[in-house]
Amino acid sequence: MNILVCISQVPDTTAKIQVSGDGKSIEKTGIKFILNPYDEFAIEEGLRLRERFGGTVIALTVGSETSKEILRTALAMGVDKAGIVKTDDILDSYNVAENIAGYAKSISPDLVIFGRQSIDFDSSGMAPMVAEMLDLPSISVVSSWNIENNVITAERDIEGGKEVLTCSIPCVISAQKGLNDPRYPKLPDIMKAKSKPIEEIASCHGSALVSLTSMVLPSSKRVGMIVGDSEAEIASVVTALHEQAKVI
Amino acid sequence: MKHIIVYIEPKDASSLKRTSYEALTAARSIAGDAQITAFAVHGSEQALATAGNYGVQSVVVAKHDLLSTYSSTATAEALAQYAQSVSADTIILSGNASGKEISPRLSVKLKAGILPDCITLENDGGTVKAIRPVYAGKAHIAVQSISDHSIIALRPNVFTAKQEGSANASISSFTPNLEAKHAGVKVTSLVKNEGRLDVAEADIIVSGGRGMKGPEHFPIIEQLASTLNAAVGASRAVVDAGWRPHGEQVGQTGKTVSPSLYVACGISGAVQHLAGMSSSKFILAINKDKDAPIFKVADYGIVGDVFEVLPVLDAKLKAMLHS
Repeated sequence: MNILVCISQVPDTTAKIQVSGDGKSIEKTGIKFILNPYDEFAIEEGLRLRERFGGTVIALTVGSETSKEILRTALAMGVDKAGIVKTDDILDSYNVAENIAGYAKSISPDLVIFGRQSIDFDSSGMAPMVAEMLDLPSISVVSSWNIENNVITAERDIEGGKEVLTCSIPCVISAQKGLNDPRYPKLPDIMKAKSKPIEEIASCHGSALVSLTSMVLPSSKRVGMIVGDSEAEIASVVTALHEQAKVI
Repeated sequence: MKHIIVYIEPKDASSLKRTSYEALTAARSIAGDAQITAFAVHGSEQALATAGNYGVQSVVVAKHDLLSTYSSTATAEALAQYAQSVSADTIILSGNASGKEISPRLSVKLKAGILPDCITLENDGGTVKAIRPVYAGKAHIAVQSISDHSIIALRPNVFTAKQEGSANASISSFTPNLEAKHAGVKVTSLVKNEGRLDVAEADIIVSGGRGMKGPEHFPIIEQLASTLNAAVGASRAVVDAGWRPHGEQVGQTGKTVSPSLYVACGISGAVQHLAGMSSSKFILAINKDKDAPIFKVADYGIVGDVFEVLPVLDAKLKAMLHS
């Protein structure tokens, strides 16, 4: 089974976000960049499928030179090959998907696995978008699944319950937290990964479909009534919920 | 913007999902002179006709054997075909679990710019300008489509559904041209969380964090939730420790919620948790640490021991609700 795992580099969850001088992007100085946490589940799932069915696992990212770091992590975890669609441009999601789909077409994988969303733009759209470009079925936010005779049965959380879905491979899925317990790379594997080759793929895309016109830090419009724990103070909060917020 | 299609989904035999009413209301708010048509792939006439109560008088329902079992791929294809047949330029839908699967596919099919997870919409000289949170809500961006079409997915529960008129919408049907390959993925069963409210759908949520000290103390949370007719939520720490089921988890790795009132009990307010609940309309936090980050986003805060505060709060709320 040939598996393509698509991963992305994102600011650390706890990073302090500031808007850069262009008013459209974040100030990158001083920010630690990490492998998108959901993508760890995607890589792990790819490795487990290889252990079960054989085949190869390729990790792919779209980004600049510094994004190679996350490919080194994927190599240390055990993927067979790593590739980067190299670009310093800021792409919209459609252009990123075009690049991923373009590479996927060249290797015709049985499965393409994403993390459920990247924690920078949180749009959760990459898996269905790439699937549509490849004319494949997809299942998003998979929390458990099984493959028998090339047919996938997967479970995912929806509002108010769980859906059970089925499709055949080839297909695209996105991994939810809890799908597996991602392995920690061992030190010798981390060392070995540093010298493994990373394939560089030229970026290729049409014009963007979305324009980001500005980025701002949200201003807090919160009431900010913080009180102590006396009975009278608790009663004052209940009154405010009723009369001011009108939520009860 | 000339013609907006709103994708709607039935909740039961007589009504649509609240998120569909939110999408209808949002469409009206930005439509200007544009025509609005609601589009569904299933639902009873009675349920679909309620679109009329939200100001949209025309509903189109796609009919095809391949739509009899829900398939995100077949739904997206039917919707795209309909949009093309009427030259619609804008599609608005909820960014709920199904909307998140359909909207990216529509973007590709129609070569339309996609604006996901929107929290405000504005008609800016005929094009839709949307604001949406990024970086776990630590920043907001303004985005707009620069292609001829736009796909707009709304963060659930952020837009208020407002009734407008009381006329039933007229319903007509559309037969898409579908083949088996369009229904490549199918839902085979749906397991509903019977008997308890889901955090993703609740109007009020009472969540517990590590400050609850153990699963044996969650009945206090459940009691408060019952008083407020609220869903029970939990922080990641609590779910990872096995105290509460994963379905209750609010946060970046759990569910993103926007209730009218979010009550955080013994939750410090890690950024991952804030990412999942900071778009709540009002936030009440109870925590014994006055410096806990949760108080920075709270509208109302009580600094105190949850085990002492919650029973008093519950009693005061009961008295208020019964008066």
